[in-house]
Amino acid sequence: MSSPVSNWSLDVFRAIQARNITLVCTVPDGGLSNLLDLIEADDKIRLVTLSTEEEGIGITAGCWLGGRRAMIAMQSSGVGNCINALGLPLAYRAPCLMLVTMRGQWGEFNPWQVPMGQAAKPALEAMGVRCFPVERPEEVGETFAAAADLAFNSRTSAAVLVSQRIIGAKGFGQK
Amino acid sequence: MTVAPNKIARRAFIAELLRHRGQALVATGLGSATWDCFAAGDSPEYLYSWGGMGLAVPTALGLALAQPGRRVLAITGDGEMMMGLGSLAVVGDQAPKNFAVLVLDNETFGETGRQRGLSAGRVDIAAVAKAVGFCDVMTVTEQGATAALGRFLFAQPGPVLAVAKIAITEDPWALPEKDGATLAHRFRTALGLEQA
Repeated sequence: MSSPVSNWSLDVFRAIQARNITLVCTVPDGGLSNLLDLIEADDKIRLVTLSTEEEGIGITAGCWLGGRRAMIAMQSSGVGNCINALGLPLAYRAPCLMLVTMRGQWGEFNPWQVPMGQAAKPALEAMGVRCFPVERPEEVGETFAAAADLAFNSRTSAAVLVSQRIIGAKGFGQK
Repeated sequence: MTVAPNKIARRAFIAELLRHRGQALVATGLGSATWDCFAAGDSPEYLYSWGGMGLAVPTALGLALAQPGRRVLAITGDGEMMMGLGSLAVVGDQAPKNFAVLVLDNETFGETGRQRGLSAGRVDIAAVAKAVGFCDVMTVTEQGATAALGRFLFAQPGPVLAVAKIAITEDPWALPEKDGATLAHRFRTALGLEQA
């Protein structure tokens, strides 16, 4: 790892470990890189790289049906790929836990990121997902833990939306 | 590769194949794959779906990764498989030894009026699976191939994928329970994860 591990990534990682979540599906995002490095280095957690985010909805539901706790980590643009798939955990009443790093909101440089970034939360809510937006880095870990407990204990879908304000806008070398 | 006209009668074929399943768990894609398994003789070790097109292989993959001691077979149709084609690459990458996929390929969207499917022409799903890391693939065109197919799907080290070129047939309705929570509870109870 080239940069220091962000505290919020470490907080989420510890919450994952404490809840016996042993499989994490992802299409990576820059904002997730610290967390994904921690997961990859932990031989008790299986990292599953997806070709598109909706696969993670099926995989995590299948894991729960087989008795294993799993989650999905993605960028907000991936939320759009998941919409129809989100009906599956609702139908099975399977837990669905998502960690979403946001683009297209706080200081976004790339206009192509803005539409889905703005639509991610209402789209998730339209599909019955409880959303937990977080604006402050020190609140990510506890919010993720609460969302995970809600998802697994009440067998529902929950998404933690980590603000672009926490991650920082990607500048592509420009200001 | 196209084999036309396809000869395999799906209902009898699946019923015969499932006699070879042993302890394997079976997860079905929406539509006819679900009806075929239910018609073959219901079991709590069958996980049916009624929606989520494209998610049959991902769901069964999750199951296989959660139950490494059990064989897991995904049975789905060609249209459903095409919608989740990328998930074959995820299977190839994860390489679960206990995982198999059977694609019932009638080269049409059967549920919606038998419109031509992508596998009717130049698309070869088995070749795709081989190219993305499946250990072995096979294409079956004969009704009597179920014993060999059973050994392939239920015993050969995975991940493996078979395509069965099935005929377009008119089969009686055979609809299982459609409440997902009931199906999930039944399935998890069979695995000892929940109380009946």
